Amino acid sequence: MKRVAARKPSTRAAVLMVAVVLALGACSGSGGKKAEERAGAAPGAGPRLKIAMVTHSGPGDTFWDIVQKGAKAAAAKDNVEFLYSADPDGGKQAELVKAAIDKKVDGIIVTLAKPDAMRDALAQAAAAKIPVVSINSGAGESARLGAVAHFGQDESIAGEAAGRELARIGSKKALCVIHEQGNVGLEDRCAGARKTFGGDLQNLFVKGTSMPEVKSSITAKLQAGKDIDGILTLGAPFAATAVDAAKESGSKAKVGTFDMNKELIASIKAGDIWFAVDQQPYLQGYGAVDGLWLLKTNGNVIGGGRPVLTGPAIVTRDNAAALEAFAERGTR
Amino acid sequence: MTQAVAEPPVTGPDERLGRRSPLWRLLGRPELGALLGAVAVFVFFSLVADAFLRATSFSTVLYAGSTFGIMAVGVSLLMIGGEFDLSAGVMVTSSALVAALTAYQFTLNVWAGVAISLVLTLALGAANGLLYVNTRLPSFIITLATFFMLAGLNLGVTKAVTGNVASDSVRDMDGFGSARAVFASDVGIGGVQVNVTVFWWLLLVAAATWMLLRTRIGNWVFAVGGDAAAARAVGVPVTRTRIGLFMGVAFCAWISGMHLVFAFATVQSGEGVGNEFYYIICAVIGGCLLTGGYGSAIGAAIGAFIFGMTNKGIVYAEWNPDWFKFFLGAMLLIATVVNLVVRRRVERSA
Repeated sequence: MKRVAARKPSTRAAVLMVAVVLALGACSGSGGKKAEERAGAAPGAGPRLKIAMVTHSGPGDTFWDIVQKGAKAAAAKDNVEFLYSADPDGGKQAELVKAAIDKKVDGIIVTLAKPDAMRDALAQAAAAKIPVVSINSGAGESARLGAVAHFGQDESIAGEAAGRELARIGSKKALCVIHEQGNVGLEDRCAGARKTFGGDLQNLFVKGTSMPEVKSSITAKLQAGKDIDGILTLGAPFAATAVDAAKESGSKAKVGTFDMNKELIASIKAGDIWFAVDQQPYLQGYGAVDGLWLLKTNGNVIGGGRPVLTGPAIVTRDNAAALEAFAERGTR
Repeated sequence: MTQAVAEPPVTGPDERLGRRSPLWRLLGRPELGALLGAVAVFVFFSLVADAFLRATSFSTVLYAGSTFGIMAVGVSLLMIGGEFDLSAGVMVTSSALVAALTAYQFTLNVWAGVAISLVLTLALGAANGLLYVNTRLPSFIITLATFFMLAGLNLGVTKAVTGNVASDSVRDMDGFGSARAVFASDVGIGGVQVNVTVFWWLLLVAAATWMLLRTRIGNWVFAVGGDAAAARAVGVPVTRTRIGLFMGVAFCAWISGMHLVFAFATVQSGEGVGNEFYYIICAVIGGCLLTGGYGSAIGAAIGAFIFGMTNKGIVYAEWNPDWFKFFLGAMLLIATVVNLVVRRRVERSA
């Protein structure tokens, strides 16, 4: 469902002063009027920008929560008013982008999970001279649709990393658990993993919105194929369920996963889960806001028009402890 | 939905007055078509999937069936009473979140969270019922509204309380072990591990069936679903029955929610959306009419079982997963059509 961060449209502060970053934490993204006055009063403050992020996230997804935290941190640092909205439906996501254009924001951050649906909206943004940065999915489409930069993980490269990890932990026949049927990025991950894995990797579709369903489907698959010795899940919450399913069906399958959350780090430390391929969502949100800010205030383009890779970062038992504190506060 | 008479048209003398042989009585049961459909689906997957007939596989199928079936009990009773509950799917998540959040945030024994969740979930059901009887709006609209509100609350409150969109893990808290034993453990039967949800499911089906067929309340439910005005005229407490039915759905949501908490220890706040349709589908496959007044809890259980078999049978058969949803839809269509044909035959020859 739509979660449009409806905020009072603030009159843009036309205070163009020396472009020095406002002292860290001096204002908050939600501070509206107050922050504006402070920006005007404090010498050396940058212009207050308004940046909208429109993603294809379903509600209640831990991953997008971390993206937003990154974006908000950068917004607070850069004196940016940050607006967030999302809709998993491509057409509705495009409408949200158009709404952002109507609000005359200074920059738009989008995900391109459904690039065709977003084409028109991005053309409108270009016509309105609003710079667009894409994050997460759509590295290949980003430049063609007019985005100035892309922050994300190349899903195929990340898949290849996961395939190598699966091979490293000694798996010969493994499952690739897809929790959202029809999502191109997830298919790419499995295809990438298949390339480097060397063994037999089968796709398994599960209904990601119902954990008991996920569990019983993985259990059923393990019962049908007793020789399956590896499971690759594509989202952190599904990894823990895969571990349960393997335990219950008496399978020796080792579990690896994409993405992270704080429960997962504990499981990796405990040895229940062997590895996580982290695309660092915090970095995607942070990078996109910072990238737009740099573009607006200094004309910089991070990555020089090429996609900036935020992953894959591999987390295993060896480095889990070092990341625990960050996962605990929900930013890793 | 308040509907006019849902009884099939009867020619000749009232069929309810005539004496009928036990065989005819069996053929007239709402769940017969579903039973035949279940047998067909079972035989089909036994033939095409090697792994399907193993006892361990059967327990997985039962587990999948039970996670739908528990809710289908409450939902089918409500449908017999002529109403829908579209908030049933997210109510499961709400119930689970209440237990996990209260137990964690106040550092309580998890059983306290379980109890608080029971009270609040039943209150939710009562609220649905009260809104319905007081506004006279269709239950479809009322529960659609609560569906959205609950989905929003699940996310909003969880995020506000924990700072993340999932609840914190309650795995290492007092009472988790015993609560897990009650709501999410495995019971060994003849070397096969059967999830405790299967027993909850059977228990609920038995209780609901007994209530429907052997008690006065059961008669009230059929009467309210068939023709509420006529029922009120003969002294059936229509309002109380309706509120009770919504609370019945809430009770089932609580059991399902507790299973979520203790099977997975953390609850994701965005889950559950869309499941309400699966519960309704189970009830419909099982012979509940969308117009109310007709159906059975056993039928809904068989519907859930068909759903579990189809869902997992496709995995056991190792079919190309790209076609998964097509197979699922085709299976449901076949099961429902078998059900329909049988019922029409029975009605014609009765």
